[in-house]
Amino acid sequence: MPAVTETREAVETLGQSTYKWGFETDIEMDFAPKGLSEDTIRFISARKQEPEWMLDWRLQAFRAWQAMEEPSWQKPEYPAIDYQDAFYFAEPKNKPGPKSLDEVDPELLRTYEKLGIPLHEQAILAGVEGAGDVEARLPVAVDAVFDSVSVVTTFRKTLEEAGVIFCPISDAIREHPELVKRYLGSVVPVSDNFFAALNSAVFTDGSFVYVPEGVRCPMELSTYFRINARNTGQFERTLIICEDRATVSYLEGCTAPMRDENQLHAAVVELVAMNDAKIKYSTVQNWYPGDENGKGGIYNFVTKRGACRGRNAKISWTQVETGSAITWKYPSCILAGEGSVGEFYSVAVTNNRQQADTGTKMIHLAPNTRSTIIAKTISAGRSDSTYRGLVRMMPKARGARNFTQCDSLLIGDQCGAHTVPYIENRNMTARVEHEATTSKISEDQLFYCRSRGLSEEDAVGLIVNGFCKDVLKELPMEFAVEAQKLLQLSLEGSVG
Amino acid sequence: MSGAIALSPAVESFLSRAHDGEARSLLQRQGLPQRRLEAWRYTPLRDLDKTGFAAPQSVSDEEAEALVARLAPEAQDGHRVVFVNGTLIAALTDLPETVRVVPVAVPLLADRPLSVLNSAVQQPGFGIRVAAGVDAGKIALVSLVTGDEPASTHLAHQVTLEEKARLTLLDIQSGEGTYLANPSLTVSVAQEAHLVHLRVQQDSVEATNLAFVSAEIAEHGIYDSFTLTLGARLSRHEVLAQLDGKHGAVHVNAAQLLGGAQHADLTSVITHAAPDCISRQTVKNVLMDGAHGVFQGKIFVDRIAQKTDGYQMNQALLLSEKAQIDSKPELEIYADDVKCSHGATVGALDDEQLFYLRARGIPQAEARAILVRAFLLDALALVTDEAAYALLDQRVEAWWQKREA
Repeated sequence: MPAVTETREAVETLGQSTYKWGFETDIEMDFAPKGLSEDTIRFISARKQEPEWMLDWRLQAFRAWQAMEEPSWQKPEYPAIDYQDAFYFAEPKNKPGPKSLDEVDPELLRTYEKLGIPLHEQAILAGVEGAGDVEARLPVAVDAVFDSVSVVTTFRKTLEEAGVIFCPISDAIREHPELVKRYLGSVVPVSDNFFAALNSAVFTDGSFVYVPEGVRCPMELSTYFRINARNTGQFERTLIICEDRATVSYLEGCTAPMRDENQLHAAVVELVAMNDAKIKYSTVQNWYPGDENGKGGIYNFVTKRGACRGRNAKISWTQVETGSAITWKYPSCILAGEGSVGEFYSVAVTNNRQQADTGTKMIHLAPNTRSTIIAKTISAGRSDSTYRGLVRMMPKARGARNFTQCDSLLIGDQCGAHTVPYIENRNMTARVEHEATTSKISEDQLFYCRSRGLSEEDAVGLIVNGFCKDVLKELPMEFAVEAQKLLQLSLEGSVG
Repeated sequence: MSGAIALSPAVESFLSRAHDGEARSLLQRQGLPQRRLEAWRYTPLRDLDKTGFAAPQSVSDEEAEALVARLAPEAQDGHRVVFVNGTLIAALTDLPETVRVVPVAVPLLADRPLSVLNSAVQQPGFGIRVAAGVDAGKIALVSLVTGDEPASTHLAHQVTLEEKARLTLLDIQSGEGTYLANPSLTVSVAQEAHLVHLRVQQDSVEATNLAFVSAEIAEHGIYDSFTLTLGARLSRHEVLAQLDGKHGAVHVNAAQLLGGAQHADLTSVITHAAPDCISRQTVKNVLMDGAHGVFQGKIFVDRIAQKTDGYQMNQALLLSEKAQIDSKPELEIYADDVKCSHGATVGALDDEQLFYLRARGIPQAEARAILVRAFLLDALALVTDEAAYALLDQRVEAWWQKREA
C-alpha cells in the first residue's frame, strides 16, 4: 500500500507491539460452498459471469493441479494444508458499483481509512495540491481487492484518457477478452507449479493493466489486498502488459487481520514487457505474521514472473517482505529480448516464528541481457530466513551479465539466515558474479549510536535501515517511507 | 510412489555382491540417487545406471608394479599403500613403523547415497592409526583399476590421528578402461592433530569416480585437504567435514580441470558444531570442450558455533562455447556472532588481460596458458607442502600440454 501520510499516522497512533492492522471488518459476506471441486470452479466462474473459454481454462488448470504433488523441497515447514477445508470465494454482500465510491459499503471504506489507503480521489487530489504540512505527491490509482473481489478502482477515467487500461481482471475478462486470452498464462502456464495451478483454477480477482505503445502511464498504479473473512484463501491474479516503449510503475500492498487459523494466499503475477518497455513492480507485504508463538498468520505462496519479450525491455522487482507466517516466493525475470534487463531488489525481515524463503530467478535467454540482484535478509527472534536465487545463462546469452549480492543480518542467537544461490552458466562469454555475507549488528555501530543518545531499538532501526538502503532507494518515495517504518515495527521486541 | 521400482542393471550388479545389512536394503530400496534429489540435481547417474559392474579381477604383483610406474610414478618410492582392483598389493606396500594398521570400521550414513553404496559393496581398504604426538610423515595411498570388463571397486579407508599426531596423505586414484571407483575415507582428527589430505583423481576418461569423505575434527585439530580432479568421464567428490571442538580448522580446496565430455562434481558440507572454528574453501574450475563442472558447497553453522569464521570461493573459467558450470554455494547459519561469506564468479578469459600479454609479444596459446595457470594458482598455492605442490603442478602442466597440443 502506498506510504501516505495517513498510513504513517495510523502506524504511529495504533498500539505498540501488536499487529497494527489486526482489525476485522464486519460486513456481510457471500461465500462459495466450502471445499474445492469442479463445482466450486463452475460456481466462481458463473458468479463472475465469465465466458465459456475462461471456465475451460480454469478447469484445465484444476485438472493439472489434481495431478500435481505439493512441493516439499523448500526450507519452510508448515502443517499440511487441507484444501477442502477452505472457502475459495468470499464476496462482500453489498457489491459496490464499480463506478461510484458512494455505493461502497461504508464499513469497507472505514477499513481502508484505518489502513490509510487513499481511496477517495478527493483526498488524493488534496494531497497533491496541499502545500505546507502535507507532502506533495503524485496521484496514485488504486485497485482494492477485498478478500476475493476487487471492490473499487479509482482514477479509471484519467487512465482511460491516456489509453491505459487498469481494471479488475474480472472486468478485463469480459471487456478485453482478446488481450486476456493472449497473455493470461503466457508467462506462468497453468501447470507451472502446484500453487500457480491452484490459483489458475480458482482465482477470483486481481488487477489488469495494459499500457499501449509509446504511453508512459501518467500515474503510479496500485493494488491493495486485504484478507478479511475467516477461512478464505486469497487467490488473486495480476496481469500487466507493456507494449513497445510503454512504461508503468506498479505498487502492491497487502495486509490481513489477525486470525487464529493460517490463511493461504497464493497469488500469481504475470508481467509482459515488449520492445523498450519498462515495468517497475514494487511490493510492500505485511500480511499478519502470526503471534510470538507462530500461531495464525498468512501463508504467502506466490508465483511472480515477468517476461522481457522485446529488445531492451526492463522489468524491475522491488519487494519489502515483513509479514506472513511463511513467505515463499521468487519474483523472476525471463530475459528473452536482446539487451533486456532484469532487476531484483529485496528486503526480507523475519521475527518471532516467521519463515521466509524468497529470492529470484534470472533466466538469460538472449544476448547482452543483464540482471542485478540485491537481497538483504534480516532474521530476528526465532525466525528463519532464506535467500534462494537462480541465475541461468542459456547458450544464446552471449555477453550476458549478472551481479548478485546477498547480505544477511542476524539479530539474536535463536534465528537462522541462509543463502542458497544457484548459478548455471552455459555460455562462456556470459559473466556471473555472486557475493554473500552473513553477520550480526556490530557492537561498534551499536555503541556509536547509543553513545549519541539513541535507544537500543532506535539504534538497531537505524542500522537496519542503513543495511537495507540499497533496496529501499529503489522503492517509489512514498513506499520507501512506509517500508522503513515497517522494518522498525517488524523488529520490535527483538532487541534488549 | 506405488509398486516395486525396477532395479537398474547397475544396482542389480551391486546387490549381487552386497553384504547383508542395512546398506544393502537401502540400496535395494532407493537405487542410485536421481535428479529429483536436491543434492544430485546437477549430477545425474542415468548412464551409470545402465551398466552392470562385475567384481574386478585380481592382478599379479608384477602387473601391479608396472601399473604404478605408469599411472602413479610419484608413488614409486617412499611410504605407500597400493591397491589394484580393490585388493591390497602387499608386495608394494611399505608403511612407516610409527603407524598402526587397524581394521576398518566405518559408520553407514544412511542419508548419503555414496556412503550407502560404499557400505553395501564394501571392500576393506586402508586403516591406520597414528599415535599421540607422532609425526608419520607422508604416506601415498594409491588406488588403481584396470581390466577389460566394467568392474567396480568400493574401498573403505580409515585414518585416525590421535592427539597432536601429524600425517600427510597423498591419495592418488587412477586407472585404465571402463570402471567405477567408489572409495570412502573416514577421517578422525583428535585434539591438535593435523592431517593434510592431497587427492589426485586422474581416472581413465571412460571411468566413473564417486568418492566420499567424512571427517571429524576435534579441538585445535586441522583437516587440510586439496583435490585435483583431472580424470573420469563422470566424477563426484563429496566431503562432509564436521568441526566438533573449539578452534578447529577445515580446508576443502580443489581444482577441477576438465575437457571433452567430462563431468565433475565437488560437493561439500562443512558443519561448524563448535565455537571459534575456521573453514576455508577455494574451488577453481577450468572447463574446456563440452565439459561440465559442478560445485555445491554448504557451510552449516550450528547455534552453538559462535565466532565462526567461514569463507568459500568458487570460480569457473569457461574456455569453450559448450562448456558449462553449475554452482551452488550455500550458507545455513543459526548463530548470530559469525563471519561467513561466499563468492562465486563465472566467465571466460578476460580479453583485456589477453590483449595485455599479446601486446608484449606473447603468442596466443602461451598467453592463454599464463592466464589459466594464474587463475589456478589461488587454489594450488594453498598446498604448502613443497613436494606435494610440485607433484600437483606437474600434473596440471602435463594436462594443459596435452589439451593444447
